[in-house]
Amino acid sequence: MFKTAKVLGQTYQFQNLKEVMAKANEEKSGDQLAGIAAVDLRERMAAKQVLADLTLAEIRSHPLLPPEQDEVSRVIEEGINEKIYARIQNWSVAELREHILSHQADGEELRRISRGLSSEMIAALTKLMSNLDLILAASKIENPAHCNTSIGQKGVLAARAQPNHPTDNIQGIKASIYEALSYGIGDAVIGVNPVIDTVDSVKNIMIATKEVMEKWAIPTQNCVLAHVTTQMKAIQQGGPADLIFQSLAGSEAGNKAFGINVALLEEADELMRKEGTSPGPNHWYFETGQGSELSSEAHAGIDQLTLEARCYGLARTYNPFLVNTVVGFIGPEYLYDSKQVIRAGLEDHFMGKLHGLPMGVDVCYTNHMKADQNDMENLGVLLASAGVNFLIGVAMADDCMLNYQSTSFHDIATLRELLGLRPAPEFEKWLEKMGLMKNGRLTEIAGDPSIFV
Amino acid sequence: MSDIQVNLLLEKVMAELQKRLQREMPVEAAGAINNAENGAANDRTLFDPVSMLPNPRDKEGLAELVASTPARIGVWRTGTRPLTKTMLQFRCDHAAAVDAVYGEVNPTILDQFHLFTVETSFEDTENYLKRPDRGRILTDAAVAKLKARCMEKPQVQVVVSDGLSASAIDANLADVLPALLDSLKAHKLSSGTPFFVRGGRVAAMDHIGEVLKPEVVVLLIGERPGLVTADSMSAYMCYKPRKGTVESDRTVISNIHRGGTPPVEAGAHIGTIVKKMLEQKTSGVNLVV
Repeated sequence: MFKTAKVLGQTYQFQNLKEVMAKANEEKSGDQLAGIAAVDLRERMAAKQVLADLTLAEIRSHPLLPPEQDEVSRVIEEGINEKIYARIQNWSVAELREHILSHQADGEELRRISRGLSSEMIAALTKLMSNLDLILAASKIENPAHCNTSIGQKGVLAARAQPNHPTDNIQGIKASIYEALSYGIGDAVIGVNPVIDTVDSVKNIMIATKEVMEKWAIPTQNCVLAHVTTQMKAIQQGGPADLIFQSLAGSEAGNKAFGINVALLEEADELMRKEGTSPGPNHWYFETGQGSELSSEAHAGIDQLTLEARCYGLARTYNPFLVNTVVGFIGPEYLYDSKQVIRAGLEDHFMGKLHGLPMGVDVCYTNHMKADQNDMENLGVLLASAGVNFLIGVAMADDCMLNYQSTSFHDIATLRELLGLRPAPEFEKWLEKMGLMKNGRLTEIAGDPSIFV
Repeated sequence: MSDIQVNLLLEKVMAELQKRLQREMPVEAAGAINNAENGAANDRTLFDPVSMLPNPRDKEGLAELVASTPARIGVWRTGTRPLTKTMLQFRCDHAAAVDAVYGEVNPTILDQFHLFTVETSFEDTENYLKRPDRGRILTDAAVAKLKARCMEKPQVQVVVSDGLSASAIDANLADVLPALLDSLKAHKLSSGTPFFVRGGRVAAMDHIGEVLKPEVVVLLIGERPGLVTADSMSAYMCYKPRKGTVESDRTVISNIHRGGTPPVEAGAHIGTIVKKMLEQKTSGVNLVV
C-alpha cells in the first residue's frame, strides 16, 4: 500500500502514485472513461490530501512510466536540472504551491524552479491549484520566443490566423488570411491545417502563405500543419517553412500512434536548422490536448492531466516558438462540458508556462460537447488575464474544414481592447503602416479584407 | 429502367465520381470529399456578407473573396464585435448542430424503408457521448431480434445508425439507401434485411458482424455535426468486420450531404466499393480502388 488518508471520518487507501494522481484530478470524463477517476468527491479530496503531503523526491522516485520503458520519460528525467532539484526536493507539493503563489516568487524565480521540476511534479502541483491559482501563477511567467518575429512579451496577446478551407483551395485560404489580417490577427503565425496530406499540396500552401507575407511585408511566420514527415519532404523539395509542426503525446506509445518518435523529431529539428526559412532560434510549433493518449489506448493507466504535462516535458527540449493545447477538440468522452474544458484550458496553460513554454490555447469545442460560444468567450477572458501568449483566430470562430468552433477574429480584437493588450510589437507597427490600427485600436478600415485584393 | 440502363447510368455516375475523387482525395481517407467547387455550399439566409461592409475598398474583389470559401468572412463589425445578424446566424447553425446530436431520427423515414430498430447499450445520450464503448455493443434484446429477423451470412448487410447526427439520416437516407440497394442489385450482389441501430458507433458493425456473419457490412451513420452542415452522413464499409477489427480495416466515404458528396452518387459508389471488397476479400488500407 502506498498511502492512506482520512476524510470526513472515512479512511481511503491508495495502492500507488498513479492512483493518487488520477483520483486527485478535478472531474474529467476522460479519466472516468479510463476507469481511473475518483468515485466521489470525498475520495477525490482524500487523494488531494495525500498528494499535498508528498515530497518532490517521493514523486521522482515513483515513476509512473519508468524511463527504461518509455522514451518520453527518459527525455523528462534527463532534462531535470539536478542543482535546482536538490534545493527543492524535500518540499511537499503543498509547499511548492505556496511558494509559487507567494509574493516572493516572481517570474524569474518560477522560471528557475521550473528547471528542477519534472512534468509529473508540475502535474501534481496543478491538481492542488484552484482556477484562480492557475491564472495568477501563469500570469507571473513570461516566456517570449523568437522565430521571424517575437511574441510572448508581457502585455502582448498574439493570435494564429487559421485560414482553413475544406478543399485546400488556395484562393479561399488567402481570402480568410486577408480577413484575419484586417482584424489585426496573424502575428503568432499564419497556420493552415491542410485537408490533403501530400507533399505537393503542402508545399503549395507553404508557397501561397509565404507569397502573402512577402507581398505585404508582413512580420510573422508561416506553417502548414501536415504530418511532420510530409512537411519535411515539402521542405526538402524547396517549400518555404518558417515553422515546423507536430502533434505530441505524453507517452512513447501515444507518439507511435501519431507516427513519430524522438529520433524523428531530432531529424526534423536538424532539417529546420539547415533548411527552414526563419532565423529562429525557435522553429517548432507543437500541439497537444488532454485525452489523446487514451484515444489511442496509449495511456498506461495514467490520468490525462499528467500525460498532458508529459507532452510539455517532451516539447521543452526543442525550445518551440508555439505550443498550443487544442483543449476542446477531442470531444465529450474526454472533456464533457464547459466546466471541464475551462478547467483543462487553465491547467494546460499553467503547466506549459511552468515548463518554460510559449503557451497558446485553442479555446474550442465540438458540437457534441455541452459547451457553446459563451463558454469560449469566458475562457478567452480568463486566459488573456493569465497572460496566454496566443489564441487561435478563425473567421467567426467557425472552422469550416475541421468542423469545430474556436475563437473569432472579433473575439481576439475584443480581448485586446478589453484588457489593454497589444499585438506583437513588430506586427502592430505593420498594422499601423497599413492603416488598420492606431494607438492599439482598430481603425475605420479594419475588417475590410478587400484592401488586400 | 432495365438492368442495362441501370448499368449505363451507373457507369456514367462512377466515371464522374472517379474524376472528382482523383481530383480531391483518395476514397479511404476519412475527411472531406467536397464536390462543391469551392466548398461554398452552406445554406445561410440571415445575412449577405457582401452587402454588410459599408464601404469596401474593392466591392467586386470582396465578392470574389466571399465566394471562394465557406468561411464566415466579409462579415463586418460594430466596434470589435460582430453584427447582430451574423451572430444570430452563427447561433442558428449551432442550434441545428446541437439538435442533430440530441435529436431522434424521424420514424416515418424508418417505416418507409421497413427498417426495424435495435439499440446498443448506450442507454441515453449523455452516456452515449461519454462512453463510446457502449455504442459499439448491441443489447441482448438487439442480438435476439437480429437473429430472429435477419438472414445469417448474407453477402452484404446494410445497417443504418443515427450516430452523432439524427438529422443526417433524415436528410440523406431517402436518397442514399435506394441508390445503394439498386447498385448492389446491379452488381448482382445479395443483401440481407437492413435495419436501424439507435445509439450506434462505427465499431458497432463489429458486433453485428459477429452476430450475422456477413461478408461485408455497410454502415450509414450520422457524422459529428459542424456549423456548415449538421446533416452530413458517412458510409463505413468493412470486409468481415468482427471483434478486434481495427480502424484501418474500414473504408469510408464521408461528407455525404447536399453540399458535399451527393447522396444518390454516394449510394451508387458504395455498391462499387463493396463489389471490390468481395473480389479482393479485404477492405480499408488494403483495398485497391
